[in-house]
Parts: sequence; structure tokens; C-alpha cells
Amino acid sequence: MALAPNSISPEEWGIIWLSLKVSGAAMVATLPVGFALAWALARGRFPGRVLLDALVHLPLVLPPVVTGWLLLLSFGAQGLAGRWLAAMGVSVMFRWTGAALAASVMALPLMVRAIRLSLESVDRRLEAAARTLGASPLRVFATITLPLALPGVLAGMVLGFARSLGEFGATITFVSNIPGETQTLPLAIYAALQVPGQEGIVTRLALISVGLSLAALVASEVLTRRMGMRAHVL
Amino acid sequence: MSFEVDVSITRGRRRIAASFEAGPGITALFGRSGAGKTSVLDMIAGLVRPDRGRIAVDGRVLFNAAAGIDLRPEARGCGYVFQDYRLFPHMSVESNLRYGWRMAAPDARWIAFEQVVEFLGLAGLLSARPRRLSGGEAQRVAIGRALLSGARFLLMDEPLSSLDAARREEIMRVIERIRDELALPILYVSHDRREVERLAGQIVEMD
Repeated sequence: MALAPNSISPEEWGIIWLSLKVSGAAMVATLPVGFALAWALARGRFPGRVLLDALVHLPLVLPPVVTGWLLLLSFGAQGLAGRWLAAMGVSVMFRWTGAALAASVMALPLMVRAIRLSLESVDRRLEAAARTLGASPLRVFATITLPLALPGVLAGMVLGFARSLGEFGATITFVSNIPGETQTLPLAIYAALQVPGQEGIVTRLALISVGLSLAALVASEVLTRRMGMRAHVL
Repeated sequence: MSFEVDVSITRGRRRIAASFEAGPGITALFGRSGAGKTSVLDMIAGLVRPDRGRIAVDGRVLFNAAAGIDLRPEARGCGYVFQDYRLFPHMSVESNLRYGWRMAAPDARWIAFEQVVEFLGLAGLLSARPRRLSGGEAQRVAIGRALLSGARFLLMDEPLSSLDAARREEIMRVIERIRDELALPILYVSHDRREVERLAGQIVEMD
């Protein structure tokens, strides 16, 4: 049985663990930014909203290699963000944190979409009722808006996580394919495909990818359903 | 005077204006659909800002454009009962009832939770979720929630219009008891002449 736990080598477990770590970090890092952007797009009325919307969605349609190259330009030794991080003694180049950063950028549009939909589906009339009952805007957010939007926020996080697990192009361009550091599942599969006789590894890692992605999509769909949202986030 | 209202607002090409003074008891805001009755309630509740004018309830100024007074909705002490109930779907009936009560200053709580449950006959519903309630039950919970928030006056926006005849009678009795036993000033919006004549001591016509 190709997927029996004892048939998975320690190196492969390492790859799985690294993938989960990178995706988890990407999900956590994307959440505050994604929520703020979703809020601005769902509720904000400001000039440039359409442009912001387009910018957020850019990683969805841009060739991932271009996104990776742009990350390289900004976070590399010569980049503005790179020099700023270097001044603080941090570098994301060729590190798993860089892989998480690339995954985060690629996951952002999906997460923003899901959270935005859930915020838009919150009935503003309930918020007005809460105000008349004595709740400040902040309290309305904490007791009405957020709990009602929560399944959508969770769905967005799960989707972002799933997208991060599959991230390939931007990651390999930005932080290369370094075993134990930046070599996540898709990169490991790609590397194994380059060498003859590695079909077993490829099959096992591919099956694990399918399983993880499927579980994430089902989870996100279940959460979306619970919310009673007609619109699908994908 | 319970209500002193003199406001106007322009929405698109429509101008909505209301000017009236009303004593204690129930004052009906009566007029055809689309006359802007709900907008007047929204302005009194602080959900919509009038272009100009003044609003005072029981001598307390809630809004005065000339003096730059515009109390936030949560500071107005109004109990707004909506046509569509607007119960919070993610909370039990009890949590809905206690929502405003929790935030009210202790000295603003003039009625106890148990009193409201008894008064409105909600004892059997407390653990239910709002979506399991009938229209009449939901409206009683909404009224209880408004009373418990420490409301000093009630705004009722067509509270009977989504109910069948039997439930209308039930809620109408509740409103009469609020008027007679709790002596709370009520501004009552309706387009039904019979309803208004039965409940209201004073009628303000809007066109």
C-alpha cells in the first residue's frame, strides 16, 4: 500500500511537515492583511477601490513566476523590503519564511474573496438594531458582525491554507528549491520527477497532496454552507 | 412633551419632512407607504442624520443641527421595534433579550429580566433560536429586548404588518399594556387606520 505510514520515509515526513509549517505560517500571516482588505472592499467607500480590488486579485491571474520575480526584487538584498528586513537582522531569502511569504501572497486573493463575501452577507439591519440597543460600533463588530461572518472567515483561512500547500511557481522563483528549507510538497514532487526511478516518492507525495487539498476544499465548502451563503467562494 | 420633532432630509430627489409635538401615551405616525415614516423613526433613533432640525424626547435633546448636538444611536435610550424583528440569529432568545440589558448602565435598567419574561410570556422560549419562533413570538422577543435595553421611549415600525390576524391581536394587547402599565412614550408607525385608532392617543399624518 503506497500510503501506509511505514512506507513514508523520514525525508518525506520532513517534506510534509515543512509544507504544513509553510502553509500554516502563510495562513496566519495573511489573515490580518486579508481581513483588513476584505473589510475595506466590502464596507469602504473610497477613491481607488476598484484599483485596490484589482491589485488584490493580481496574484490570481499573474504568471506565478512574475509574482516570484517581483518578490525577489522587493525582498532580495537590493530590494527595499529586503534592506529594511536586513537592517533588523532578518532575511527571508532561501529560507522557509520566504516560502511562507510567497505562499501568503498567492493565497491572499482567495482569502480576501471568502472573507469579503461573508462580510457582505451580514445583514446591516442587524447592526443598526444592535446600535439602538446600546452597542458602540466596536461592540457591534465584536458581537454581531464578526460572529455572523466567522464561518466565511474560517472558510477563507482554509482556502488560503490549501492554496499555500499547492504553491509552486512563485516559491521556486523566489526562494529556490532547497531540501529541508524551501522544498514543499509540489517542489519535492517536481524534484523527484527530474530523477529516474523516483516514481514511488512522486506517487506518495502526489496522493498526500490530493488528500490534503480535498480535505481543505470540503472543509471550506462545509463552512460556507453553514453560513447559508449561496455564493461559492471559488 | 414626550416627542418634539422637527426635521427634514433630502434623499435623492425626495424630501422627507416631519414636524410635530406629542404628549405621553402612543402617538401614531400615519400615512401611505413611501411617505417617509420609517425615515423619521430612523432619524429619531440616530440611524439616519437629518439635514436640519431638532429632536427631543421627554425634554432631552437628541439632535439639534443648529447647536451641533447629535447623540450616537447607542446613547439615545430608544427602544426600536422593527417590522422585521431583527433578532440576532446566532444568539438564543435569552441572549437576544439580555443583549441591550448587559450594556445598559445599572441605573438605566428600570425593568428586570424576569419581569419582562413574565410580562411578555416568554418563559418557554428562552433557549430557542430566533429562526424557530413564529412571527408573534419573534415580535414579543423583539419588544422585550427593547424594554430590557433600558429604553426611555419606544419606536415601533409597523410591528403588526408581518403577522396574521390572531397574532396581531396578541401583539396589539401587549402594546396596550406597555402603554397603560409601563407608561412608556411610544411613537408608532402604521398605514392601517383601524390599528392607529385603537392604539393611539394622538395621530400625526404624513404625506
